[in-house]
Amino acid sequence: MTAITPELVREHGLTDEEYARIKSLLGRQPTLVELGIFSVMWSEHCSYKSTRAYLRNLPTKAPWVLQGPGENAGVIDIGDGDAAIFKMESHNHPSFIEPYQGAATGVGGIMRDVFTMGARPIAMMNALRFGDPAHPKTRHLVSGVVSGIGGYGNCMGVPTVGGEVNFHRSYNGNILVNAMCVGLARADNIFLSAAKGAGNPVVYIGSKTGRDGIHGATMASAEFSEDSEEKRPTVQVGDPFTEKLLLEACLELMATDAIIAIQDMGAAGLTSSSAEMADKGDSGIELDLDRVPQREENMTAYEMMLSESQERMLAVLKPGREAEAEKIFKKWELDFAVIGKTTDTHRLVVKHKGETVADMPVKALSDAAPLYKRPFTKTAPASGEPKIDSGKPVMESLAKIMGAPDMCSRRWIWEQYDYSVMADTVQCPGGDAAVVRVHGSNKGLAITTDVTPRYCAADPFEGAEQAVAEAYRNLSAVGARPLAVTDNLNFGNPQKQEIMWQIVAGIDGIGEACRALDFPVISGNCSLYNETNGEGILPTPAIGGVGLLKDVHRMATIAFKREGDCIILIGETRGALGQSIYLREIEGKEEGACPPVDLAAERRNGEFVRELIGAGLTTVHDISDGGLLVAIAEMAMAGNIGAVLDTASDIKFLFGEDQARYVLAVPEKEARTLLALAQSAGVPAALIGRTGGDKIALKGAGEISLAELKKAHEGWFPAYMGSTELPPVN
Amino acid sequence: MKSAVIVFPASNCDRDAAVALEHFTGEKPAMVWHADTELPSVDLVVLPGGFSYGDYLRCGAMASQSHIMREVKAHAEKGGAVLGICNGFQVLTESHLLPGALMRNANLKFVCRPVALDVTETQSGFTRKYESGQRVTFPVAHGDGNYFADDETLDRLEGEGRVAFRYAQGDNPNGSSRNIAGILNEKRNVLGLMPHPERVIDPLLGGTDGTALFQSLIEALE
Repeated sequence: MTAITPELVREHGLTDEEYARIKSLLGRQPTLVELGIFSVMWSEHCSYKSTRAYLRNLPTKAPWVLQGPGENAGVIDIGDGDAAIFKMESHNHPSFIEPYQGAATGVGGIMRDVFTMGARPIAMMNALRFGDPAHPKTRHLVSGVVSGIGGYGNCMGVPTVGGEVNFHRSYNGNILVNAMCVGLARADNIFLSAAKGAGNPVVYIGSKTGRDGIHGATMASAEFSEDSEEKRPTVQVGDPFTEKLLLEACLELMATDAIIAIQDMGAAGLTSSSAEMADKGDSGIELDLDRVPQREENMTAYEMMLSESQERMLAVLKPGREAEAEKIFKKWELDFAVIGKTTDTHRLVVKHKGETVADMPVKALSDAAPLYKRPFTKTAPASGEPKIDSGKPVMESLAKIMGAPDMCSRRWIWEQYDYSVMADTVQCPGGDAAVVRVHGSNKGLAITTDVTPRYCAADPFEGAEQAVAEAYRNLSAVGARPLAVTDNLNFGNPQKQEIMWQIVAGIDGIGEACRALDFPVISGNCSLYNETNGEGILPTPAIGGVGLLKDVHRMATIAFKREGDCIILIGETRGALGQSIYLREIEGKEEGACPPVDLAAERRNGEFVRELIGAGLTTVHDISDGGLLVAIAEMAMAGNIGAVLDTASDIKFLFGEDQARYVLAVPEKEARTLLALAQSAGVPAALIGRTGGDKIALKGAGEISLAELKKAHEGWFPAYMGSTELPPVN
Repeated sequence: MKSAVIVFPASNCDRDAAVALEHFTGEKPAMVWHADTELPSVDLVVLPGGFSYGDYLRCGAMASQSHIMREVKAHAEKGGAVLGICNGFQVLTESHLLPGALMRNANLKFVCRPVALDVTETQSGFTRKYESGQRVTFPVAHGDGNYFADDETLDRLEGEGRVAFRYAQGDNPNGSSRNIAGILNEKRNVLGLMPHPERVIDPLLGGTDGTALFQSLIEALE
């Protein structure tokens, strides 16, 4: 038996105190297999030991929430017996080490989380953060991540319908790849992971187990250093073909009533799936590893328990239903093996070659996992109003902003994703939120991912509130009623006090905003230790929001539709330039207070806009990065119709990033009624111009042609990625 | 018109094809599994888009060797209609039901976007309801749509009026020879094309330019 030395304990990412706790929970020294199991189950990635205490405070309930956090994904009721199931999850560390496979398996993992609950995945989104475009590795990472996402999602036949991309030097050594999956199921046919009862067969389905991904969860719970690329063997390899078969086979099995519980083998593979299922079912599980389908020879128990080979599931069946299930998996040419049984011992017992290699209380891996209230230092939010040169030419600045890496068109990315497969994508990438129709109905699900990391760095609380508010706004802007969110909390090392403050304040901000907007958190994921050589990323609590459109024919898009429409600005503008895109791109400064969030105004203005869309309004865009003029330019480019503006022409008004604002365009005859309605609803609204022509013109600020704006907007990405092709004309 | 959709492992546009067929014919198509050895009696067989067998070998190469393809070939030889969309087109070239091959896109990237097409041949059961030279927009979504054949074959295809669809000048998304997007076999009962007509039959989803293709089939086969 391997001696458990202090070095070995440290190599497993466990502290001396944690090791002492393991010994006291077991009443003896752990075996090597047990040490490995504790190491992954107690990792930050699996145990949420630094965040659990705070995540408890998030609002997770609403009448339409069918399943909140704690399962593989969250579930909401969308009427008519339909349920939407969704979650967002990070695959940051693997994607930096090996971008194609890291991103691909991130997509595969989140899809499994959703279809393991009985849903057919119907849409994918992804929130990506890369380093400075000038950094020598950025291009390679963008290229690899985008092809990895496409390679997996396209083969699965699930449309990738949108997302977001930022570049910032703080991600140079630690990119973020957050993938979100939305699935559709019948509300009365949701599958959970509680392995209830004793003596039920535990079955292994999907791919064979290999040596890939061993200790992935532990790797994802540590900082990076210069030699991080040596960790490549800990990155899993994806096989979307097998996942597609697994999806179809699981849905076929789920149409029977043979399943008691099912969970995908994600991080920490066989270990976490068996331990979590036993924990939730208040039972025990006994596994016989000799029966695990293996891809490589002579695998040890340690390797099998810690492998993160992809495209695998663990299920507990009703006794006697094994043959029926096996027939389905054989049809789909997948491995199927009964590898154990549930017990009433509340212990996880692992046998290999006739020996018991692990025998531990299930609760030691879950409830008894360490829980830290790590110390934090409250830092004062960035404040003050930045000074700017008010004489800079407005339209030149606009063109520069439209072509900036964070603001330019993402067409180069989304054209590599099949966004129209399944023939239900009614709003394609490029709008405020993607919309997919609920198959066979007129209902639609609107989906968005949002966070503005520079705001979160300036003020973690306000920035987190803003992320939720922007998700709410993007859903409202297409006409969807915002229903729930999933959060993907990406932060640095929680053992640093200033980072821990970002985490605490960030979770607090999300909670505050979600409560005020009736927008509960139903699933999520934390990714900490996003640091390289001691330098942390900007705090990035990404929010994935989902909303419901009762009728996809009553939906708004950002494109101007007609010449001569009145352009109306909704919401109050004070000219918040702190932390703005204008400040960074034109003045080269990242300073000042981030725009304040007024949740009551967000709600009021959002409800107002949604009602208008329900009554027939078709052109809406939310105002976010870049402010009013950028929003108008985007609407003009999308519709190939210019705008003549008659409003204030100062930089603060045109480029300020005040929140809770929208731009609408309506036919002249409806404008007056709209303004009156706004007044009676207490919503600030102002007529600021008319659509028409082929340029953006503003009295006192000059004009710029749409052709010139498009060149800047569409040109940056292909040029940066070295493509020689011109973007299509339309 | 009775129809069947062949389902290979990792076909992923099988449902879209079935929805379109049911929409136009009022009847659900038979969904036929790749391992089946019999084809039901139908007028039209659709080979749908997707990544059959993961496309880990040449796209469509594994599918061309499946049990059911023997039956599909027999159906075509008897004059039955076969429509191969995207991966289905790749299966048709690999099965030698159509000449040529589909190579990696010229820029080596997957491409998904609406493209402008010209209907260059209306003398077929697939295209008779289009106007000759009509400009239509279908989406493409593929990584291997770069149609290639030797000059002799291309000349013959053109000479015999077997190029049914071409990418509009300047809108070729994959570098295919002579802007070819879709071709017919000699007997004109087999059509393979990279763009997806089944995704443009609903105004809500970006147009209805695919409708005439299904209406042509109904008119020709009923």
